Amino acid sequence: METERTESAEETFAVPEPDVPWVTIVHNDPVNLMSYVTYVFQTYFGYSKDKATKLMMDVHHKGRAVVSSGSREEMERDVQAMHGYGLWATLQQDRR
Amino acid sequence: MPGTFEPLPGGGAAVALDDVEISIIRSLAAQLLELIGPGPAEDASADPLAELFADGPSEPPADPVLRRLFPDAYTDPARFPDTAEQAEEAKAYSSEFRRYTENDLRAGKREDALAVIRSLDELTIGGGGGDGDGAGDDGAGGGVLKLTPERSVQWLRTLNDIRLAIASRLDITDEEDSDILYRLPDTDERKPLVMAYLWLGGLQESLVETLMPQ
Repeated sequence: METERTESAEETFAVPEPDVPWVTIVHNDPVNLMSYVTYVFQTYFGYSKDKATKLMMDVHHKGRAVVSSGSREEMERDVQAMHGYGLWATLQQDRR
Repeated sequence: MPGTFEPLPGGGAAVALDDVEISIIRSLAAQLLELIGPGPAEDASADPLAELFADGPSEPPADPVLRRLFPDAYTDPARFPDTAEQAEEAKAYSSEFRRYTENDLRAGKREDALAVIRSLDELTIGGGGGDGDGAGDDGAGGGVLKLTPERSVQWLRTLNDIRLAIASRLDITDEEDSDILYRLPDTDERKPLVMAYLWLGGLQESLVETLMPQ
């Protein structure tokens, strides 16, 4: 999966680092329509049709896609919004 | 085309529904409403402020449909945590998230489902299909449902929630499950629910098309 990540030494620490971004991940399910998922990405995140479609295809084919990144509070907001739309979303700190 | 949403000039969408279709959607929306449950208002507290600040649940719902509608926010469904500590941490964070969000999420879904029921009632009582006075209109054949852009979004979300609920009841958890269900013999008891699921999928698809930003 392609996500922006910072190549920094901090990532080797297991403890949550405040400057390591959090990400919202949307997971695939066989129910949500591809058009609906694209629509949600476009309207909620304001993504272009191309970007929204690419993320939707990632969810569909790879089973998951990172749809946004930022502070923990921002990601909780995004996850809540995704649940409001019936999309299966989780957040995690982008440490790998 | 019957059973397909068409965009309205100036925004919004319209669909022709017969009375059977209206009663199916209404009944499914009512079941969804019942499943999501009453608001915190009905939990005895008379103080509107207390209700406003009331904590939501911290444990995931027992019902599989509700677990799908309100999933754990910190538990990746596809990856096991590396350590027991990480699993514990994810569980604790998920509980906290649930406490602060689930009431609002339930309220939002309830509002959307209520809007769907209201627009169907307006259609049948408002005389979309009959002569307008409501008398002798039984079986008049429904009417043309017209939705504002705002209502369209509420319909979109409710149709999706209903489909998620049906899929959960039918145990559709991957693409292969749905393929099997599409080929059920007519005698299978799940057939009517599968038919409703497929029909609502088409309806939702046509509604998304009317809303899609360019």
